[in-house]
Amino acid sequence: MRAGLRAALAVYAKDVRIEARTRETLGATLAFAFVAAFIFTFAFDPSPRTLAVVGPGIVWVAYVFTAMLGMNRTFLLEVERGTLDGLRLAPAPPEAVYFGKFLGLLTLLTAAEALLAPVFLILYGLSLLNVWFAAVAFAATIGIAAVGALLSAIAANARAREALLPLLFIPLSLPLLIGAVSGTAAALDGEGWSGAGRWLQLILAFDAALIVVSSWAFEFTLEE
Amino acid sequence: MDGESPKPAARSGYGLELRGVSKAYGPAYALRSVNLAAPWGATLALFGHNGAGKSTLLRIAAVLAKPGEGEVVAAGFALPAQAANARAATGYVGHRNMLYPDLTPQENLRFYARLHGLPDGERRAADVLRDAGAERWAGRRVRALSNGMQKRVAVARALLHRPALLLLDEPDAGLDAQGKAFLYSVVRAVAEGGGAVVFATHDVERGLAAADRYAVLRGGRVAAEGNAADADAAQIALAAAAPESAA
Repeated sequence: MRAGLRAALAVYAKDVRIEARTRETLGATLAFAFVAAFIFTFAFDPSPRTLAVVGPGIVWVAYVFTAMLGMNRTFLLEVERGTLDGLRLAPAPPEAVYFGKFLGLLTLLTAAEALLAPVFLILYGLSLLNVWFAAVAFAATIGIAAVGALLSAIAANARAREALLPLLFIPLSLPLLIGAVSGTAAALDGEGWSGAGRWLQLILAFDAALIVVSSWAFEFTLEE
Repeated sequence: MDGESPKPAARSGYGLELRGVSKAYGPAYALRSVNLAAPWGATLALFGHNGAGKSTLLRIAAVLAKPGEGEVVAAGFALPAQAANARAATGYVGHRNMLYPDLTPQENLRFYARLHGLPDGERRAADVLRDAGAERWAGRRVRALSNGMQKRVAVARALLHRPALLLLDEPDAGLDAQGKAFLYSVVRAVAEGGGAVVFATHDVERGLAAADRYAVLRGGRVAAEGNAADADAAQIALAAAAPESAA
């Protein structure tokens, strides 16, 4: 157990160190998400009434784009560098590699989401400085990273990985995304525990299920 | 799985043993009914043309690939039941160096030491880098190193956890004379320390000089094997050069 935890933290620290040094993935995901958020400014007049309806959707479209690009690169870089075999050679349990990658993806997505928040304020006047929104967004990001780390490993060795990843991700994370958008709408409407809190509970339940299933299934993705 | 190479409960006579091992990729066989053994305290050189099955054999032994049929005992541990123990007791250098280009050799080795749960990882990383003659550039990013330098670091990575079984897939490719001398000194040192070494190479003369035993693979089968001291390098080179479809 302790050896697995140490190995997971080693994988996580290694990924964070490389990303801090290169900013390769964060830069790419932010640019992509910014373009996605920006395009919506041409689609409608961002009046407060319109924003109340479409604002949460815009936020999560941008966040999901960020997530898909981020998760795509989580294992792709290991495959491209030839280091995936190095991870597979370790005597640590496969779940340790999964949890290291999961934490790395969670950190990356949380950082990207935080850095994108001012973009929504500038483009739409949409303030995301809201405790309930932060809770809903972080909880949903946990689930996205949990399933993303697994799908990234599956897609990394596939030929049509760019098509495969969204095809697998969207259906698997649909309940989570519904909860995230609805929870965000409730949070931005000023509803507390009775609104956003309800969705938060649902998201956390899905998080738990996704973490358990993904960590169990991960072992099979490492097999040649 | 904490620390260094675990010792098998009953150490068999072989560091690596394959019995009736076959492996197919689609309709094409990479290995077909291979029986091969590498004794402890000895080195086994694998020769063969490209596609003969050398890399597949080594990947199966390193627990990176599963055989379709047959039994494998690596470092005294039966696969796949004791895969984690076998991994902890096996060092492997493949065609790719398995190094992170944006980390330094020292950071790479520290990472792998933590992944292997080595209690003295920091010191061990410094020791193997020094032994590999890599300490001068241990602080430079891997992407700034030449292929030969990277290969030395890759060998150091494989030795980090003091493996009982060392598997090397064409480790001399891209190495200069000094690098090859270092590599084969490592091969000898592991065998003399009681471990087993299996390495694939196209350099028949050098391979025979470093090996106690040899095997020639052709089309996924063992075409010849024997003691390196009795081997005829020219005949082996001829046998290893002739491809044959195993499909």
